Amino acid sequence: MTVYSIIFYLLAAIILVSTGIAITRRNLVHAVVYLVFSFFGSAMMFYLFGAPLLAVLEVIIYAGAIMILFLFIIMMVKVEASEERLFPIRQWLPIALMGGVYLIIGAVIVSSAPGSQVTLEIALAKPKAFGEYLFQRHWLVIEIVSLLLLIALIGALFLGRKKPGEDI
Amino acid sequence: MIVPFGHVLILAGILFLMGIFCAAVRRNLIMIVLGVEIMLNAASIAFVGAALRWQHLEGQVFALFILAVAAAEVSVGLALIVYAYRRTGSFDPARFNLLK
Repeated sequence: MTVYSIIFYLLAAIILVSTGIAITRRNLVHAVVYLVFSFFGSAMMFYLFGAPLLAVLEVIIYAGAIMILFLFIIMMVKVEASEERLFPIRQWLPIALMGGVYLIIGAVIVSSAPGSQVTLEIALAKPKAFGEYLFQRHWLVIEIVSLLLLIALIGALFLGRKKPGEDI
Repeated sequence: MIVPFGHVLILAGILFLMGIFCAAVRRNLIMIVLGVEIMLNAASIAFVGAALRWQHLEGQVFALFILAVAAAEVSVGLALIVYAYRRTGSFDPARFNLLK
């Protein structure tokens, strides 16, 4: 067990625990802040996997932009934290049971599949090499994604515009 | 030498199940969108692990596109949530029964 595997298991534990806390909070602000912790852990895991550019983008976009957008929405509208009622347990118990069964089956399949025992080697994709690969092989997808973001911007503006006589 | 590749997949699977659980059980539109975010994050962890496993950049490229799609999805989703909140004054999905 090298120091990298210890780091991996530590990060995995932090990610799972903070996500588990986040999805069970009643207070939405607490949930979002715990999820920011989880995304920081994911960013460090990307760095461990040799993707420094993706790690930086994860911090900037996921933790910095998307989660702050959630915080804006939560603080813009009044959310009563105690208003939410969870579903009764007999409604979501089947989901939990089936999820557990899926998890066990998936773990068995993954651990018995050929090639899953291959140990990951340390490697680093330099941002320059990553960017060159991206723009040489996938320039069309970049254009499509930028169009998608533009359409999302227009759609969000259209949905969010204020009609006369409304106050939020 | 980090860890076997299977452990990365199991971590991504547990995270994905947590996202499904959050989206299926919570009765709050914002928590449902958060669950979708957790699922997308789990998928990108699996992609980056696979990129390291095969020493190929394709997985990292896909994780970048997942990031962009998540940003677009969350902006439109939150705008829809605000719109629905204006119509009904609540975040509870059970209150959106205007068609009844």
